[in-house]
Amino acid sequence: MSNVVAHADDHGHAHAAHHPALQHHFDTMAQQKEAAVVGMWVFLLTEILFFGGLFAAYMVYRIWYFDAFAEASRSLSLFWGGLNTAVLIGSSLTMAMAVRCAQTNKRSATVNWLILTMILGTVFLGVKVIEYADKFEHHHVPGYNYQWAAAHPSTSLGAGEAAGAEHAAPSTALGAGEPHRELSLNADQLQLTTQIYFSLYFTMTGLHAIHMIIGIGIMLVITWMAYKGRFDEQYYTPVEMTGLYWHFVDIVWIFLFPLLYLVERHV
Amino acid sequence: MKIFGIPIFPEQASTFAADVDALYFFIFAVSAFFALVVAIAVIYFGIRYHKTHDGEIGARIEGSLPLELLWTVIPTIIAMVMFGWGASVFYHLRRPPAEAMHIYAVGKQWMWKFQHLEGQREINELHIPAGRPIKITISSEDVLHSLYFPAFRTKMDAIPGRYTDLWFEAQTPGQYHIFCTEYCGTNHSGMIGTVTVLEPSAYQTWLQGGGMEGTLAQRGAKLFNDLACSTCHLDTGQGRGPSLKDILGKRVELQDGSTAMVDEGYLRESILNSQAKIVKGFQPLMPTFQGLVSEENLVALIEHVKSMSPNATPAAAPATSAAPAAATTQSPAAAAAEKK
Amino acid sequence: MLDKLKIPERNYLNNGHGLASWLLTKDHKRIAIMYLISISVMFFLGGLFAVAIRLELATPAGDFVQADTYNKFFTAHGVIMVFFFLIPSIPAVLGNFLIPPMIGAKDLAFPRINLLSLYIYWIGGVFTLYAMLSGGVDTGWTFYTPYSATGSNSNVVPVALGIFIAGFSSILTGLNFIVTIHRMRAPGMTWFRLPLFVWAHYATSLVQVLGTPVIAITIVMLGVERGLGFGIFDPARGGDPVLFQHLFWFYSHPAVYIMILPALGVQSELISTFSRKTIFGYSFVAFSSLAIAVFGFIVWAHHMFVAGISTYAAMVFSFLSFSVAIPSAVKVFNWTATLYKGAISFETPMLYAYGFMGLFAIGGLTGLFLATLGMDIHLHDTYFVVAHFHYIMVGGAIMGYLGGLHFWWPKITGRMYSEFFSRIAAILVFVGFNLTFLPQFVVGYLGMPRRYHSYPDEMQVLNVMSSAGASVLGLGYALPVIYLLYSLKKGAVAGPNPWGASGLEWQTQSPPLTENFIEVPVVDREPYEYEHVVAKEKHLV
Repeated sequence: MSNVVAHADDHGHAHAAHHPALQHHFDTMAQQKEAAVVGMWVFLLTEILFFGGLFAAYMVYRIWYFDAFAEASRSLSLFWGGLNTAVLIGSSLTMAMAVRCAQTNKRSATVNWLILTMILGTVFLGVKVIEYADKFEHHHVPGYNYQWAAAHPSTSLGAGEAAGAEHAAPSTALGAGEPHRELSLNADQLQLTTQIYFSLYFTMTGLHAIHMIIGIGIMLVITWMAYKGRFDEQYYTPVEMTGLYWHFVDIVWIFLFPLLYLVERHV
Repeated sequence: MKIFGIPIFPEQASTFAADVDALYFFIFAVSAFFALVVAIAVIYFGIRYHKTHDGEIGARIEGSLPLELLWTVIPTIIAMVMFGWGASVFYHLRRPPAEAMHIYAVGKQWMWKFQHLEGQREINELHIPAGRPIKITISSEDVLHSLYFPAFRTKMDAIPGRYTDLWFEAQTPGQYHIFCTEYCGTNHSGMIGTVTVLEPSAYQTWLQGGGMEGTLAQRGAKLFNDLACSTCHLDTGQGRGPSLKDILGKRVELQDGSTAMVDEGYLRESILNSQAKIVKGFQPLMPTFQGLVSEENLVALIEHVKSMSPNATPAAAPATSAAPAAATTQSPAAAAAEKK
Repeated sequence: MLDKLKIPERNYLNNGHGLASWLLTKDHKRIAIMYLISISVMFFLGGLFAVAIRLELATPAGDFVQADTYNKFFTAHGVIMVFFFLIPSIPAVLGNFLIPPMIGAKDLAFPRINLLSLYIYWIGGVFTLYAMLSGGVDTGWTFYTPYSATGSNSNVVPVALGIFIAGFSSILTGLNFIVTIHRMRAPGMTWFRLPLFVWAHYATSLVQVLGTPVIAITIVMLGVERGLGFGIFDPARGGDPVLFQHLFWFYSHPAVYIMILPALGVQSELISTFSRKTIFGYSFVAFSSLAIAVFGFIVWAHHMFVAGISTYAAMVFSFLSFSVAIPSAVKVFNWTATLYKGAISFETPMLYAYGFMGLFAIGGLTGLFLATLGMDIHLHDTYFVVAHFHYIMVGGAIMGYLGGLHFWWPKITGRMYSEFFSRIAAILVFVGFNLTFLPQFVVGYLGMPRRYHSYPDEMQVLNVMSSAGASVLGLGYALPVIYLLYSLKKGAVAGPNPWGASGLEWQTQSPPLTENFIEVPVVDREPYEYEHVVAKEKHLV
């Protein structure tokens, strides 16, 4: 079936003709880079499907329990969420700068932009720690100790018992949700169904945060490689691939932010 | 039906069992035909075109568009026929007749609890009359189960927090299997029972023998008073809640302008999630009874309310009750406590 | 003309010795061998649980093991066979080994990711096995909520974690194949010159990368539900247990196509080679693989016809489910037409191919029963379903795997095995399989539910027939272990192309060089050109 033709230059020798980063099963640097790019996009496609399951569950429950979602969403801090959005978008900018500098063989600039990206990513994670801590404090973690109704009396005139006690007024650091219209769910039901919202909130933002931690870890390695001068105009693929991954993580947040923080905020 | 003493077919004990079996035979015949055609061709070619000498190769035939179209289009047509026939049998199986006799079934690890409207309660046994369509409304107290009557050719899952239903009309008196067919833990294979189909007269006799607490609806009437429903839902319509007389099967107008059909699902939702649908002209004053009413009492209440509409023709309710909105009867703590 | 054949001095097996040269290898062929050993171990472990199940079901009473133990057995059988045997089997062993030589490449696009996928498989396997041995799981491989979230007292989270981890192995394999097939084909190897084995693996890889992440996230949700008390599926908090089923089956239905598509690819190679004739309707067979992959994603709720979905949704999914049957039928007809005017011989791989035709046909046809709504109401969750999927998974996928293993064994090892014993094994597998699973169709229609530890007396005869058949099947599976291992030392030397097959892999030595080719081949022929193979054998080219 094949008509075998002797290949011009064999791989056993003349390494000087090849870029040191060329792997032996590839013929050219271009082929190697194309393979990496296709591979990374396929991987990002899997990530879309991965988060997709959560988005599907979110969609279903938001339609069913809109009021619970609206109330719970309003209890989130617009300040911190907005800040994080800005921070993450900023980190995508710094990442893009890092890729550009790698592409133009500016070694120390590449390293600096990467470090800046990691700092911004860490800031994001720090803010999330603040937000999560606040949720723990207010018993907004679904499961055993969950309490909704106490801090957020709804205006529905149903006589449902408030789910228990004595809790300080919500801190002003959180833009506390002000129920402003008749809800179709009473306090008891909110106690239950807002747990679905928070289950999704923690799972989605938690998964996102894990992806960010992994991304920062990868960036540490890439930064080290850049520092050691492993990249040049012909070979900066790892930086570019890291950039793709980081932009993806950013885009996921750009979906998460409105879905989780901005439900019925306009009224 | 048996072959050499080995049973191979369950009895056709319901009116649509024969329809299901006919569908089966059709698909079987088509499948057997194609399987045989392929088998014969493959064996015949294997013999007829057996390699005879070294270096022999097959003819150079790359394909044939007409053949490809033929064996794509014909199976597609056959598939459409199967789909259509199956869908029509399915549609029949999912549409209980309006006059169906109603029975409630609750699945729980690891038993089936059946409740007759007349008050009889059975566990893992079900007595029903022949010759009457029977609709069973099913739910679960804990995990998923599935109520299956092989002799009737029908089953439906029992889902916690929801109602589902199935129906059949048994035609042949006798005893048949009840199985749970959704894996539910340790004693899944023990969650079985017997449905006894009786001649109508024998069924009446059986009915007389039980029901200590009166009919289901009578039990519901007592609950209606005990839980103070009667204080707001006055027959005159002047109370704080709408009158419940003759509402079954009617469309009511809601506060937000939409309408709702009054069926079992609506009644259940109104009791457990009273704020969900407020009838126009009334205030949202009704408390929720979630956590205060068990599954069994809930059906009793619903039956009582239905008995206030003696002239209603029950609407052909959708196969499953739609509202999932936190509409369970047990608080999580109670459910957790009851589980093991 | 025929010099005494010798194993080539330099090949991938002796290129580097010692454990490290294997465990740290980048050679796709060595990775394939390590996968072969791993999945074989898993297969026999899963098979042990099957033996236990059939032993219990030989009598109506639940007297062999306790109910909880039985439940753990069938869960273990399902989890191991699906996630740790069937899903990797053909792609990780045969796909890994053969795709680079088939397309004229030196390795896959990402050799280190290939090795990583193996490590991940091992880690997932260790987790899962540990969980099973330290108490087991009793939820069934489908893990339906609420039982898996709150009802079961068993090791759900560790097993789920093991499956989660193993899923990444599957994703990475698929990713590697997609990039390789797109970017590493030799000059002249256009898409329509690819062997159909490659097309099948391309389609499989699409399903792997798109579907597996969904089971991963479903497992995450189950994990937080169970481990942290979250309420995503909890009916008491307004959650919907049926949502779990939608998410689960969105992957698990395409997963069954991950399991069968590669076998369909093997089948094309076997039918063509052993009738010495090009596959009839090449492009139709190629596109049918893609069609199966695509349609496979839109039929998932046919597992849920009685789960409480609406009548309307049921009708839609039933209709769509028939769509996926058509491309499969097209393949069967094309294979049959390939045999017409072929030059057919019945070496062992062809015996497996013939067996595959019959069993896959029956399995696929019985799927029609289940896609038919009025019929599925009666058959859902009975032994009819068990028989249906075993016909495809075992009668189809495993026979495809064994047929492929027997076909490419000479290429992989350089040795031929005993034709006598291998034919006996193939026949035993075919006969034993039918004896085991044909009665299950009958007992299923009778109403015997799945996952039953005990059953009514009148169903015993059929169950005994099934258990008896299983012993024949087991023997058929045990034999290859013996004669294949024996062949490694004592088998006749195979030479580059003992079957007279077409395909680039047969133009190289057996076993191949680590780099597969000394010179990169340039392809100028269509696939399955046996005139050329024969001419080459006669040294005319």
